[in-house]
Amino acid sequence: MKKLLPSANNHKPPNSKFKTIVDRYSAKREKLISMLHDIQEEFRYLPEESLRSLSNELSVPLIKIYGIATFYKSFRLKRPGRHMLTVCLGTACHVRGGPRIADEISRVLDVKPGETTKDGEYSLETVNCLGCCAIGPVLVMDGKIFGQITTKSVKNILKQTDKDRNKKEGVAG
Amino acid sequence: MPTLKIDGLDVTVEPGTTVLEAAQFLGLEIPTLCHMDGLEPYGGCRLCLVEVGSGDKSRLVTSCTYPAEDGLTVRTNSKRVLRSRKMMVELLLSVCPSSRTIQDLASLMGVQKVRFKTRNDDCILCGRCVRMCKEQMDAGAIGFVNRGHKRKITTPFNMKSEVCRTCGGCIYVCPACNLRCQGPNAPGDVCGSCLSLQPTCTERFDDYMCYLGPTGNCGTCIKKEEN
Repeated sequence: MKKLLPSANNHKPPNSKFKTIVDRYSAKREKLISMLHDIQEEFRYLPEESLRSLSNELSVPLIKIYGIATFYKSFRLKRPGRHMLTVCLGTACHVRGGPRIADEISRVLDVKPGETTKDGEYSLETVNCLGCCAIGPVLVMDGKIFGQITTKSVKNILKQTDKDRNKKEGVAG
Repeated sequence: MPTLKIDGLDVTVEPGTTVLEAAQFLGLEIPTLCHMDGLEPYGGCRLCLVEVGSGDKSRLVTSCTYPAEDGLTVRTNSKRVLRSRKMMVELLLSVCPSSRTIQDLASLMGVQKVRFKTRNDDCILCGRCVRMCKEQMDAGAIGFVNRGHKRKITTPFNMKSEVCRTCGGCIYVCPACNLRCQGPNAPGDVCGSCLSLQPTCTERFDDYMCYLGPTGNCGTCIKKEEN
């Protein structure tokens, strides 16, 4: 039979990766946050489309999911850059010059905290403590922790990352 | 059937009744803002605070969310309650000084000035619109996003929601975005003169009465005559 009315939630069909995540939790609404974590792990952020599909699958209002995704700082709604730079601005890192490190990265890469560079390579974010105050000021890049950072070593780390990437691309090309 | 004591009066209510409802059943007035009949209690505005228990163990709770328990002692107008309510309304007023509903509540509680920096927002995050949209309109188009000082009410992704039918229910129940009293006072002032019950218009003019109440203290009518 021909459908007379278009469905109110007319979305693209969710892709298979998304489907497996929802199935993993047997589409239970109380597992919503776990699903969001898994989606973020898969796509590195929470794409708008996936939140819409999730709202459909679990029959939870979209605003509820959006509210949760904006409430927790660990969820990202924007696509992050290829490299994630996290600068600690906790008390210990703050007194040892954490803000100066953040400023230096901002200046060198022309990116504000919480934003991504125009070429989509680097994302900069600041956090309030990483729990390793003894080696402050701390910078985390793609899960790797760099301690006792200075404005000079920041430049070296960025240079090294660029070199590594060029090498990789050179091999691939 | 729980029996509780409110302001010295014994009252027996159905299980599941809130303290606010029990007090209203007795005819006691408790000011409310985020509470609305037909919507789930929220307990966000903290204006319906009452003192529960006695002596050192007494504490302030929001009556709109507190269930009536057997043997509960409630005081709705103790010194501590009145002082706290006054503070709450002063804080609300500093966020939204131009709302008529909040101005009226402030006058009712004798708040004459605001000691805090005024923000001139148009939302006090009472959540009335959110609950209205979800519970009565069955839409769930708006809700709270972010947290802390960035918390606000909006639609998903700040775009027009697909489930919104533009029914206007959210605006209808909003206590913050209604216009202030168009009296002679500057915006943000708390005049409260509509609540003092001394008609002055009749002193000045034989049969000039404000249609809004027994008073003319606001001065708008007098101004008109002078012009």
